[in-house]
Amino acid sequence: MRKYTPKDNVQGRAKYTDRFWVAPQVPRQSVEEDAHFAEVLEKIKAAVEVLDAYIEIGQLVIHIRPEQNIDALRTLKEECGYAMCSELSAVDYLAQDGEFEIFYQMLNLDEAKRVRFLTRIKEDQAIESIVPLYAMAKFAEREMYDMFGIVVNNHPYLKRIIMPDDWEGHPLRKTYPLEGDEFASWYEVDKIFGKEYRDIIGPELRDPARVDRYDTQRFARIGHEVPFGADPELVDETETPIEYSSDFLVDYNKGPHKVLDKRK
Amino acid sequence: MQQQPNKLRPFFENLNFERDDNTMVINFGPQHPSAHGQLRLILELDGEQVVKAHPDIGYLHRGIEKMAENMIYNEFLPTTDRMDYIASTSNNYAFALAVERLIGLEVPRRAQVIRTMLLELNRIISHLFFLATHALDVGAMSIFLYAFREREFAMDLMEDYCGARLTHSAVRIGGVPLDLPEGWLTQLTDFIDRLPAQIKLYEDLLTENRIWKMRLEDVGIVTPEQALEWGCTGIMLRGSGIKYDVRKEEPYELYGELDFDIPVTDRCDSYGRYRLYMEEMRQSVRILRQLIGMYAKTEPKLMAHAPQYISAPKEEIMTQNYALMQHFVLVTQGMRPPKGTVYAPTESPKGELGFWIRSEGEPYAYRLKARAPSFFHTGILQDILPGTYIPDVVTIIGSTNIVFGEVDR
Repeated sequence: MRKYTPKDNVQGRAKYTDRFWVAPQVPRQSVEEDAHFAEVLEKIKAAVEVLDAYIEIGQLVIHIRPEQNIDALRTLKEECGYAMCSELSAVDYLAQDGEFEIFYQMLNLDEAKRVRFLTRIKEDQAIESIVPLYAMAKFAEREMYDMFGIVVNNHPYLKRIIMPDDWEGHPLRKTYPLEGDEFASWYEVDKIFGKEYRDIIGPELRDPARVDRYDTQRFARIGHEVPFGADPELVDETETPIEYSSDFLVDYNKGPHKVLDKRK
Repeated sequence: MQQQPNKLRPFFENLNFERDDNTMVINFGPQHPSAHGQLRLILELDGEQVVKAHPDIGYLHRGIEKMAENMIYNEFLPTTDRMDYIASTSNNYAFALAVERLIGLEVPRRAQVIRTMLLELNRIISHLFFLATHALDVGAMSIFLYAFREREFAMDLMEDYCGARLTHSAVRIGGVPLDLPEGWLTQLTDFIDRLPAQIKLYEDLLTENRIWKMRLEDVGIVTPEQALEWGCTGIMLRGSGIKYDVRKEEPYELYGELDFDIPVTDRCDSYGRYRLYMEEMRQSVRILRQLIGMYAKTEPKLMAHAPQYISAPKEEIMTQNYALMQHFVLVTQGMRPPKGTVYAPTESPKGELGFWIRSEGEPYAYRLKARAPSFFHTGILQDILPGTYIPDVVTIIGSTNIVFGEVDR
């Protein structure tokens, strides 16, 4: 039987996993263990619905509903003093649950405490922009849209930021292969030369480890040199002895050179 | 509006004239020498004044976050060098710290001393680079030469330790691979003895320099509100009067034990930030001096003992079968951290650099997000450039100290 390769996640996978292996979980503490976090959670609970809350590696994690993201962040900013949003982005769980998980990593500069909001949206669902609260979302939400295709409502300028404007596909989705897809391999050929040159130039070689010994234009054949662009079928394969020229290879150990022990 | 080129009106790919409102759109970069890499800045000008600025990034995008999902953790570490290539150790360290917090690892003290030394040495290298390029952008050629001369000595120290000058990979998950070479601390002492005099030389040349002050004072004003809502960190934040340094507030490594000050200014302009960079170098010298004393008191153990995650020392691998088997599994399959999420902030020379890692118990990170300070410092350009003049644009870009390996990742 042919080996089954899942199409919904084409990322690197463990080559071997012990069948009895159960991955442990990072220890989580209850929110009551930290007075500041308990206070923050009270205020958040008064404003929005909290699905789950715990402390993980010293940071408070709160799961909220995606429709309430702006209310939760406003409460956190205005009532709890979390003046900075360090980072926001998404995690792709489309293969498992058909959902994206969006995180907001928040920082309180006075207390030096960090809170993380987690919220899940469906693939075709949009999320409200947090630009009115944190201007950094002007860039961060654009990156999230670019990388995952998550539409952000009421964003002032929701365009691709890192990939070109006319790119197709969203690179950080699990369905997107590491070396790029079909579109990616033709993008530069189409852009620079035009579609009509596809047959002449061929797709871009996006596998960095690829070596084609019959390609006499792009690859050297050390020991079996042929003229550039020659048809390798017509060239006889007898080994050419490697010659070293004394003009090019200079023996720096000879001659009146002085080697310094220490830099001056 | 797309222009129609003809003989009377030639087509300039960098210029776009709009008749309606008498503004001109120019394309600054992505190959402009003072764009510090691959920044394309689309500026709308009214005369010499910037009306609207639009930073366009992505010219150095290599998909580092995507690569992280396809590599085992140890494999990814050298890739982080390529983010902020001026200060590679800070990237390596930020990644190693995130993974160590995820698996709950205690790093031996000697490794901590060496790591903190490398981080501070790297901070000096990065700040000297900032000073050199910023001064060159503004027009002070000789400072560039002086600063690069000192940076060369610091890079020699780096090279003596790890063999590389830019892409160090000198920090590993769980410690450092090598002890300091013989005589390294003497050379480091020589270097930090010399450096304050050099910093004074730069300051004598610049601080009261009439041209330097004219170009920097009240240029690139970042108000504290702007700095906070844009997520500015590091000197961009402290230059706006907000005293927050991750080393002090959320200490990692040995910063909790070390005695140093966090310089802060409420000038909010490029000149204030320049003064902070100079002062931070002095503080790094102070930290390094204390670390040299600490080194002698440590046990010669360099990597954490956690056989499930970290390979045993080489002598054990070469002599003991079980250590060899574990090493083989860790190299071929990779370590499997527990399920969970970690965000570990560190203070890189540019600002708060942190890796956000979601692990699903696999040898590959399920999602890795690099929180790069320069990304947001590029974003804030669209808010601080309007109203300034063309020559100030160069000063402001230099003053934000952005590195594009980190912006585009």
